[in-house]
Amino acid sequence: MIRYIVRRVLLLIPVLLGVSFIVFSLIHFTPGDPAMIILGESAPPEALEALRLEMGLNDPFLVQYGRYVFNVVTKLDFGRSYVTRRLVFNEIIGQFPNTVKLAALAVMVAISIGIPAGVIAATHQNKWIDNVTMFFSLLGVSMPIFWQGILLILIFSLSLQWLPSSGFNTWQQMILPSLTLGSGSAAIIARMTRSQMLEVYRQDYVRTARSKGLKERVVVLRHALKNALIPIVTIIGLQFGFLLGGAVLTESIFGIPGLGRLIVNSIRTKDMMIIQGGVLLIALTFSLINLFVDVLYAYLDPRIRSQYK
Amino acid sequence: MRHEVQEGPWKSAFRRLIRNRSSLIGLIVLIALILVAVFADQIAPFTFREQNLDATFLMPNAVNFFGTDNFGRDIFSRVVYGTRISLMVGVISVSIALVIGGGLGAIAGYFGGYLDTIVMRFVDVLISIPSILLAISISVTLGGGLRNVMIAVGIGSIPSYARVMRASVLSIKELQFIEAARALGTKKHIILLRHIIPNTLAPVIVQSTLGVAGAILAAAGLGFIGLGIEPPNPEWGAMLNAGRQFIRDYPHMSIYPGIAIMITILSLNLLGDGLRDALDPKMDR
Repeated sequence: MIRYIVRRVLLLIPVLLGVSFIVFSLIHFTPGDPAMIILGESAPPEALEALRLEMGLNDPFLVQYGRYVFNVVTKLDFGRSYVTRRLVFNEIIGQFPNTVKLAALAVMVAISIGIPAGVIAATHQNKWIDNVTMFFSLLGVSMPIFWQGILLILIFSLSLQWLPSSGFNTWQQMILPSLTLGSGSAAIIARMTRSQMLEVYRQDYVRTARSKGLKERVVVLRHALKNALIPIVTIIGLQFGFLLGGAVLTESIFGIPGLGRLIVNSIRTKDMMIIQGGVLLIALTFSLINLFVDVLYAYLDPRIRSQYK
Repeated sequence: MRHEVQEGPWKSAFRRLIRNRSSLIGLIVLIALILVAVFADQIAPFTFREQNLDATFLMPNAVNFFGTDNFGRDIFSRVVYGTRISLMVGVISVSIALVIGGGLGAIAGYFGGYLDTIVMRFVDVLISIPSILLAISISVTLGGGLRNVMIAVGIGSIPSYARVMRASVLSIKELQFIEAARALGTKKHIILLRHIIPNTLAPVIVQSTLGVAGAILAAAGLGFIGLGIEPPNPEWGAMLNAGRQFIRDYPHMSIYPGIAIMITILSLNLLGDGLRDALDPKMDR
């Protein structure tokens, strides 16, 4: 098991280098002179040139990339914001907890709605409750995050006035964003759970469990769901990446001071260093979560676990 | 059921598709949307850019079915023209992703070895960036505009096509008829293009149908955060975003484009799910 984890961590390094290279290249080749974004268009040419020298912007591309990676790895130095001139690390790390909190709440929403819904649908296959559940899950998959957020605000904030439409400090403020972000994943998890459960139902060990005279509840939860869970865990892990991306939109709708909103605002101010640092941090988080899910997967599935003894 | 035996696989898949009620609904709605996109000039009573500053924020009425926006533009006409943009973005970005991603996946799966490792490591890297963030980064670099949105969304979804294509090429390449072709001395690239790729179409079609839905959503998401197609073009996500600031008093500005997106995505998902069942060879009898 430890060997497996170490191997996976080592494999992460080239992937993260690749990610940083792609993001760095994209930002690097964005039209616009960083020195001019910082000093303004009317700055004297000498000042612009001096700043370019100071920032190393005249160096070859690969030298700049190497320096960026070196600084990030050794000093957690992601450069300085073009706008505030503060360290990017300080700017993004302050906003990061809200994004993680939002994504985690959304995952909880997704799991606590998705898995029960999928189990109920599967145990009532082709009955009305199955059809209703599957209709709503299809609707959930088809709802864009931003459209759903607007609808929820319209209904629960503006019409009913039950919940606030912005902010992220009190639990009341967290309900609508978590629902907005999580319901799409809930729908995907419900569909996956249903099809996995139906698959597992056909297995001999479920029939054995039933014929032993076990209660249906025990058969469903202990024997069927536990075995259906492995692919569901993978889907949940993949959803996390989707949710971190979706948080960008959700934060903009609900005015949540998170990393996503910071990235979107930085697009407007052309603050490339923030965009670069923010995207890298999210990609890093996503990779670590996937690593965690894979390890969990290996732990849950004895067949995989035994390969790495 | 003797007559079914003689039927070609595509024809019988189509029969299974339209026998399934929900995928039939998806297909019909999608065809209707395509017709709306093609005949937008005839259907829309106004153009999408026509402003009437004396008639701003009108509620839905007999002339402006969906009301008017803050510039007095007819929202119904803008939603109709938006169909054209969204379907185009969906189809073209999926084509980009399909050609690049599918091509990479086919090469990786067929040739294996180093080529496979390199391509799949590249795909691993791309997959580590949530696709909407990848699309945002590419949009920032390229700037707005229809063409750049399609490129950004297309590149953002390369990884899934590469994986699907590689998996199905891998499963087909060991089959006997490929071995037969190889034994006859057929050149490698001919085997790949003529014999393998046509047989990978089923999963690729399913993936592409669902992918068009994903691409439309991604493009609308870009439009929503102001990175999409430049105004006054009626992109649904951008319309939603524009309506957002007036939502307290004029919710109709956001509601109709939102419904349009939802119906489009729903029909593609229904069709995609139906196609998956219809094209599944296990269902063949």
